[in-house]
Amino acid sequence: MVTRWLAPLDRKLLRDLLHLRGQIAAISVVVLCGVATVVAMRTAYRSLSLSQASYYAGYRFADVFAQVKRAPEPIARRVAAIPGVTAAQSRIVVEVTLDVPGLAEPATGRLVSIPDRRAPMLNDLHLRRGRWIEPGRRDEVLASEAFAAANRLEPGDAVDAVINGRWQRLRIVGVALSPEYIYEIRPASLFPDNRRFGVLWMSRDALEAAFDMKGAFNDLSLSLARGADQPDVIARVDRLLARYGGLGAYGRDDQLSNRFISDEIKQTRVSGTIIPAIFLGIAAFLLNIVLSRLVATQRDQIAVLKAFGYSNGVVGLHYLKLAFVGLLVGALGGLALGTWIGALLNRQYTQFYRFPVFAFELDATALGLAVLTTAFAAGIGALNAVRRAVALPPAEAMRPEGPGQFRPGIVEWVRADRWLALPARIIARNLERRPVKAGLSVLGIALAIATLVVGRFFLDAIRYIADVQFREVQRENVTVVFNQPRSAQVVHELAVLPGVLHAEPFRLAPARLRFAHRSRRVGLLGLPQDGQLRRMIDRSRRIVALPAEGLVLTRKLGEILGVRPGDTLAVEFLEGDRATRAVVVSGFVDEMVGISAYMSGRALHRLVREGGTVSGAFLMVDALAQDSLFGLLKRMPAVGGTVSRDATLASFEQTLQQSIGITMTILVGFAAAIAFAMVYNAARIALSERGRELASLRVLGFTRREVTTMLLGEQAVLTVAAIPMGLTLGYLIAVKLAGLYQWELFRVPLIISRFTYAYAVVTVAIAAILSGVGVRRRLNRLDLVQVLKTRE
Amino acid sequence: MEAVFRAHGLSKVYRMGEVTVPALRSVDLELYRGEFVVMLGPSGSGKSTLLNILGGLDHPTSGSVHFLDHDLATGGDKGLTRFRREHVGFVFQFYNLIPSLTARENVELVTEIAERPMTPEDALRLVGLGERLDHFPAQLSGGEQQRVAIARAVAKRPDVLLCDEPTGALDYETGKLVLEVLERVNREVGTTTAVITHNSAIAAMADRVIRLRSGTITEVRRNERRASPGELSW
Repeated sequence: MVTRWLAPLDRKLLRDLLHLRGQIAAISVVVLCGVATVVAMRTAYRSLSLSQASYYAGYRFADVFAQVKRAPEPIARRVAAIPGVTAAQSRIVVEVTLDVPGLAEPATGRLVSIPDRRAPMLNDLHLRRGRWIEPGRRDEVLASEAFAAANRLEPGDAVDAVINGRWQRLRIVGVALSPEYIYEIRPASLFPDNRRFGVLWMSRDALEAAFDMKGAFNDLSLSLARGADQPDVIARVDRLLARYGGLGAYGRDDQLSNRFISDEIKQTRVSGTIIPAIFLGIAAFLLNIVLSRLVATQRDQIAVLKAFGYSNGVVGLHYLKLAFVGLLVGALGGLALGTWIGALLNRQYTQFYRFPVFAFELDATALGLAVLTTAFAAGIGALNAVRRAVALPPAEAMRPEGPGQFRPGIVEWVRADRWLALPARIIARNLERRPVKAGLSVLGIALAIATLVVGRFFLDAIRYIADVQFREVQRENVTVVFNQPRSAQVVHELAVLPGVLHAEPFRLAPARLRFAHRSRRVGLLGLPQDGQLRRMIDRSRRIVALPAEGLVLTRKLGEILGVRPGDTLAVEFLEGDRATRAVVVSGFVDEMVGISAYMSGRALHRLVREGGTVSGAFLMVDALAQDSLFGLLKRMPAVGGTVSRDATLASFEQTLQQSIGITMTILVGFAAAIAFAMVYNAARIALSERGRELASLRVLGFTRREVTTMLLGEQAVLTVAAIPMGLTLGYLIAVKLAGLYQWELFRVPLIISRFTYAYAVVTVAIAAILSGVGVRRRLNRLDLVQVLKTRE
Repeated sequence: MEAVFRAHGLSKVYRMGEVTVPALRSVDLELYRGEFVVMLGPSGSGKSTLLNILGGLDHPTSGSVHFLDHDLATGGDKGLTRFRREHVGFVFQFYNLIPSLTARENVELVTEIAERPMTPEDALRLVGLGERLDHFPAQLSGGEQQRVAIARAVAKRPDVLLCDEPTGALDYETGKLVLEVLERVNREVGTTTAVITHNSAIAAMADRVIRLRSGTITEVRRNERRASPGELSW
C-alpha cells in the first residue's frame, strides 16, 4: 500500500484525484491542448528558421544577385573588389525549352553553370544522389530534386533541350539541392510547378560553348562581409554592369526563393505565436474557472481540516496540489504531444522545402512560458476558492450552506414567474442570482466555440482564395510564355490551333517600381482592356476595370511601396532600352494572391515605345484537346513555356495544405477537445453543486427525468446563450488574424463559411449532449439518503 | 384501527467494504391510520433506516414491508418514486427547501404533481405562514423554513407524514412551534405522522412511542393522553 507512507492529507489528495478523475482529466485535456499547441508551433518555427539559417550558411547562399545581358569576365573581378564584397561568382544562366519524357506539354529548364572542378562556390549544391559532372562532359547535368521527383527522373535518365535552336540530349548524372532554389519558381509565377519548371546545373564550358559566352557571364552572385553596406554595393554593381545590359542587382529580400520561404517562415511564426497565445489564454481562463468551482464544492472538507487545526497555508497547498496534478499531467502530455507534432510539422516542412540539413530545437522558453501561464491560472483559481472557504469560521463552514441568497429579482420584477413553469423558474433564478458565475460559464463555452471557428476559418479562407483566384481571376486554363517578346501576329496563330477556344495576348515587362526610397521588382503585366480571360478581381469578388492609362497595383504592393492612387511612380524597365518612366498609380485592386502591377496593353506599349509586341498569351482550351495542343506547342519555336492552371491550382493547394492546412487541422481537433472538456466539467460541477437540491426533489417524488431536465436545462440555457457569443468572438479573433496574415504570397480574406459556424455549434452541441448523458448516468446513481445526510 | 404500514422481519445490513453493519434486525411494526407516532432512539439505533424504508427511499435487505397494497420491499425505482409522489410527505432536519423558489413556489413544486392537493396558500396558512408566501428561504428564519417544509409535505394531503429530526436544527422555542404545527396537521387533516427523534421529551405528544436500540424495537408504548406541544419541555 503506497498510501501508508503518505501524510494523511496526501492520502486524501490521492483519493480525491481518483474520485474526481473525470474532472481532473478534463482539466488535463485543456492544459494539454494549450501546451501542445505552443510547443508544436514554436518548435516547428524555431526548427524551420534554424534549418534555413544553417542551410544558407553551410551552402554559402549569396547576399546579392545580379543579372546582365552579357558582361566580360574581368568585370566580375572588378565587382569582387568592391568594398564589402567577400566573393563574387559569375555564371551563365539561360532558360530553355525541355522535352521531358512522359510530359505532354513543353517544360522550361533553367540551365545554371557550375565551375568544372569542385572549387568553392557560392550557392553551393548538395548532391542527393548520383555523382558530380565529369570535366569535359558537356552533355551531363545535375537536376534539381523537386524537378526530378515531379517527373520521376533519376540519374541515368535524359531530357531533351532546345539549345541554340537545336534539340540536344542532356544526361542526368546526379540530383542536387541548392539554397538558391529552395522554392523553385519561374519568374512572375506564384507557385512552384515542379513538373514544368526545373533547374539543371551544367558545366560552365558547355554553356559557354552553346550560348556563345566564352569569357563572359550573364549572372552574378556576391557574398558580403558582415556589416557591409548592401545598398551601396548594389549601386556600385549596377554602375559596373550598366553598359553590359545589367538588369539591376538586388539583395536576398528580392531573391524569389528566399522571399517566399522567409515569408512562409514568418507565417509559421505568426501561427506559432498568436494562435498558441489565444489557445493558451483560453485554456488558462477555463482552468481558472473550473478549479475555483471544483474547490468551492469542497467547502465542508476545508472546514473540517481547519477544525482539526490545519492552517490555511497547509489547506491552500493541499488544493494547489490537486490543481497541479491535473496541470502536470496536462503539461507533460502537452510537452510530449507538442514535441511529436512539432517534429512532424518540422519533418513535413523539411521535406516540402527539401532542406539538406535538419535542425530540431525544442523551444524551451515557450514551453516554460506555457506551463507557467497555466500554472498561474490554475493556482489563482484554486487559491481564490480556498481563500473564500477558509475565510469562514470552520463551524460555520461545516454547517450546511444556508439557503442561497435568493431575493426577488428581474424575473419577479417583470412578472416572468407567472408564465414560467417551476423548473424554469429554478433555472431562471439560479442564473439571475449568480450572474458572474453564469457569465463565466457562458464565456467559457463561448471561447471553446470561438476556437472552433478560428481553427476552421483558415481552411475556409484557403478555399475561398483558390476559388476566386483560379475560377474568377484566371479564367484561362493554359498560359503560353514566349521565349522573347513577339509580334501580336503569333497570338493569332495560337488562336487557330485545334482545341484553342479563345486567346488573349499579354505583355509582361520586368521592371523595378520605385517610390521615394522604396522599390520592388515586379513583372508589369499589360492586358487587353476588354480582356475576358485574365481579370482583376478584388476580395469581394468585384471586377475592377482596367483604366486606359496608369497603373493598377495590388493593394499589398501599394502598401509595400507606400503609394496612394494619384501618386506618380518611377518605373525602371529591366529589359530593352531600360528606360525609366514616370507613371501615375490610378488605383488599387484588393487581390488576395501575389503582388502584381497591371496596365492596359496599349498604354504599356506606348510606355516602352514599342509596337504591339506580346510576351505570351492566355488560352481557353478545350480540356479534351489539351494534350494534343501541348504536343503542338512543344514544337513551336516561339514558345518558351506553358503553364497549366490546374497544375498551378494543385501546387497552390499543396503549398497551403503543407504550411497551414495541417496546423489548422490539428488546432480544430484541439478546439473540439477543449470544448468537450469545458462543457463536461461545467455539467459535472453543476451536479456536485446542486446534488443536494436534486436529491430533495427526488425524495419529494420527482422522477429522474424531471430532475435531469432541471439540471441539464440550466446547462442547456448556458450553452445556448454561449452560441451567439462564441460565434461573435470567433469572428472577432478571425478579424484580428486576417489582419495579421497579409503576406506577399497571399492574404487571408475574412471569409467564414456557414459550415464553419454550423460545425462549431454542432460540435459544442454534441459535447453538451454527451456530457448530459454522462451526468444523467451519475444522476441516476444519486444516493438519495446519503445526499440528504451529507452537508454541503 | 386500520394498519397503513405493515412490516415483518424487516432487516437492513449495510455493506461498508468488507464489513457488514446491521442497521435493522428483524423488525415487526404496524402504523395505523391517523395516529401520531414518535420513534425514539439514540443515534445508530436504526430509526432513520426504518424511516427511509417506510418512505420508499431505501430497500430492506430482507423481510417484507407494505403500505396498504404497495409492496415497498421489492418496488423498483419507478414504483417507489410514484409511491413517494402520491402518498408520502417528508420533513427533514435541514429542511431541504429549494433556495431558488419562494415559500409558495416550494409548496407549489409538490402541489403541481399531486392529485388532489390543497392550495399552496392554504398549506402555508395551516403552518402559520400565510403572510410570508413570497419570501425566499434566505429571507426566512430556520423555524419558518421548517414550517414551509411541513407545508410542502402536507400540501398534497399525503397519507403519511415522515419527519426526520424535524426540530434537530432549531432552538427550543422554534422547535415547539414546529411541533405544534405537526400536531395540528395531524389533528385537523388526520395525516398519519411518524416523527423520529432522539429527544424523549417529544414522546409525550404521541399516540404511540416506539423505542429502538441497536436495530431492534425495544419498547412500544401507548400514551394514555397526548400532551400538547406547549406542555413539553426539555
